[in-house]
Amino acid sequence: MTNPQSVDPIPASVAHIAHGELGFWRTYVFTTDHKTIAKQYLSLGLFMAFVGGYLAYVMRWQLAFPDTSIPGFGFVGPETYNALVTNHGTIMVFFVAMPILLGAFGNFLIPLMIGARDMAFPRLNMLSFWILAVSALLILTSFFVPAGGASAGWTGYAPLSARAEYTGVNWGINLWLLAHALEFASFLMGGVNFLTTAITMRAPGMTFFRLPLVIWQLLTASVIFLLSVGPLISAAVMLLMDRLLGTSFFVPEGGGDPMLWEHLFWFFGHPEVYVILLPGLGAVLEVLAVFSRKPIFGYRWIIYSTLTTGFLSMIVWAHHMFVSGMDPRLVMPFSISTILISVPIALIMFSMILTLWKGSIRLTTPMLWALGFIAMFILGGLTGIVLGSAPVNIQVHGTHFVVAHFHYVLLSVVIFGGFTGLYFWFPKMFGRMMNEPLGRLHFLLTLIFFNLTFFPMHAVGLAGMPRRIANPLQYEFLAAVQPLNVQITIMAMGLIVAQLPFLINFAWSIVAGRKAEPNPWEAATLEWTAPSPPPHGNWGEAIPTVYRGPYEYSPPGVREDYLPQDRALAARSAQEKR
Amino acid sequence: MYLNWLPENISTHGGEIDSLLRLIYYITLAWFIVTMGAMLGFVLLFRRRDGQRAAYITGEKLSQAAWLLIPAALVLVLDLWIDFRGGDAWAKAKLHVPPSELQVQVTGKQFNWEILYPGPDGQFGTVDDLQIDNELHVVVNKVVGITLKSKDVIHSLFLPNLRLQQNAVPGRKFPAWFQATKTGVFEIPCAELCGFGHSGMVGHLTVHTAEEYDKWVKEQWPSATGDEIPR
Repeated sequence: MTNPQSVDPIPASVAHIAHGELGFWRTYVFTTDHKTIAKQYLSLGLFMAFVGGYLAYVMRWQLAFPDTSIPGFGFVGPETYNALVTNHGTIMVFFVAMPILLGAFGNFLIPLMIGARDMAFPRLNMLSFWILAVSALLILTSFFVPAGGASAGWTGYAPLSARAEYTGVNWGINLWLLAHALEFASFLMGGVNFLTTAITMRAPGMTFFRLPLVIWQLLTASVIFLLSVGPLISAAVMLLMDRLLGTSFFVPEGGGDPMLWEHLFWFFGHPEVYVILLPGLGAVLEVLAVFSRKPIFGYRWIIYSTLTTGFLSMIVWAHHMFVSGMDPRLVMPFSISTILISVPIALIMFSMILTLWKGSIRLTTPMLWALGFIAMFILGGLTGIVLGSAPVNIQVHGTHFVVAHFHYVLLSVVIFGGFTGLYFWFPKMFGRMMNEPLGRLHFLLTLIFFNLTFFPMHAVGLAGMPRRIANPLQYEFLAAVQPLNVQITIMAMGLIVAQLPFLINFAWSIVAGRKAEPNPWEAATLEWTAPSPPPHGNWGEAIPTVYRGPYEYSPPGVREDYLPQDRALAARSAQEKR
Repeated sequence: MYLNWLPENISTHGGEIDSLLRLIYYITLAWFIVTMGAMLGFVLLFRRRDGQRAAYITGEKLSQAAWLLIPAALVLVLDLWIDFRGGDAWAKAKLHVPPSELQVQVTGKQFNWEILYPGPDGQFGTVDDLQIDNELHVVVNKVVGITLKSKDVIHSLFLPNLRLQQNAVPGRKFPAWFQATKTGVFEIPCAELCGFGHSGMVGHLTVHTAEEYDKWVKEQWPSATGDEIPR
């Protein structure tokens, strides 16, 4: 298929930028360059991680030492605790995980890895970031309005969320809902951009089955998001109407049904976690190949598994609702689909491990994070089997067992997968190398404190501690687990402090790190053929032409231990079949 | 062993749930050991060595892909086994509600469990109905049938020792049931965020012997005669 960019020289929209005369605002603020937009998303995500982490600190201190004054915060009343827990979840999912894994990775990598100069719709791209920024501002503002921020849980179940008198919170929840609406609009635009770009702007020779796996993951994530978010947008509008206009979509006194909200929320909420998972998986896959010097084991099988996971993710949502009161006959079908989704994901994990077999493994910082991801995600995924079994779910639903499970799977993706990608693509993004020893220290401390924080939480949940409890000491049956709660809190503090080496490394390396060559990792994918960092338009006169798949590491009959995707070879016969 | 943290099971259907949990625990533990053993083993065995090149294995050939497909098939088989076992346990706990010997209506209302007893006549909606907030009194070894409701927001009735959890949704009525095998007093937390009083919303379940229960009934309904006491 023809790619217009192989016919035209550097397009006009890029050419005039090459003068470098855009000025501060058009270069750093209202930029349309996908790489700068990616950094904007990254900055927003990292900033909101501070906010979300601070909320976690306050929550955990309250749980360990209830009704004491928390340093750097003060006393936490029950209303406040609910607002903390709600916004911690909302911020971490929508303002940390999504911006970093989709906004930053997606925007940075898609054009570079497919051989395009920018996204299909650069101005839409810019708009999508700024809408997210306004959305983030709304969430932050919600903390300071009278009666404080949203407090009905990140799940926002009605009628608690539908009538202000049930929570006592008024504009906090309204702003929360508006922020969601904007955030969904932002990612819808992003999804459209990702898909259009990848489908229509691949470089010559870049067939779908020569795309790096992280691109497949980003595209699948975009499709899942686009398909699933509509119901929740509608639900958010209906909930706002219930709150502001006195309608009763979710209020039984007016003929509405609270369970409708649950279905609409989870119909999106479940695919959403796969939207977050897939890009993190992708980053890990890229790194595993590069630092094993081996092709990814079972490239096509991973693609099929990814697509299967994407499909299955749309039909498991009611496993969040086993005890909700929905017809019990619906439960077993959802339990079956839930447990089935472990099959394609297990296949991907097996593939990751088999990629290591007979490799030549370099334990660089990105590789350590990738291996850490495999371990932590398998652990978290396995506790998902416990939750997916409906009878067992009766006992552990709504307890800290669930909290332990989703922190294992989410943080393995966002933290381990996220740092895999950040450390790996940092040289390309910023033109400098990060400090290796600090990177390893960051990894080791995070691995240790992460497990010491969340592993005991499974026990707390099995013992029956419900979620969103502000004071465990109010329950006699929880006295035995309070020492665990204290331990979890202390280890969580350690986990937060463990991020310091990263912050220092990140900031220092951006300004004073060793300058990076185009391909410091000797990787085969297209982004490493551009300078570090790439200029506007990513490549000079000509975009690359692709001759092979993305994982030609240690190919036989070649002296070097890798073949870049864009390297033409005299003897093409063996390599060009992929 | 983590399963020791589970509250003591005093429910007739709790044993099946616990043994299913144990099965899943052992299956998942085995997978974790195998996968982590492989991963760590490979990392140690195949560290970069000078002069040693990685093997060019793509996994495309079926003989190689078998290493993916066969373990994935094993995962599928084990998953289906877990689900078959689960189907039976779920049916017992939630689908086939047995005829109950004691009945109560439990209504969640911010932030209490309003427990309505039908009284000695065994009928709801009569003069001897009695509402006692947060105190659920039952007899050991009798099937207790609960109609679960809510007056305001979603609550969740959670009886950890009975392996019972059921949301209470305003505008709906849900059945729940249990049969306790042991006497004692147990807490009833609310397991669904229901507002600023969610933390601390807790009732107490008292499982009486038959004699103690008769005594309790006489205390609550002093005018009841012996014949009318429900058992």
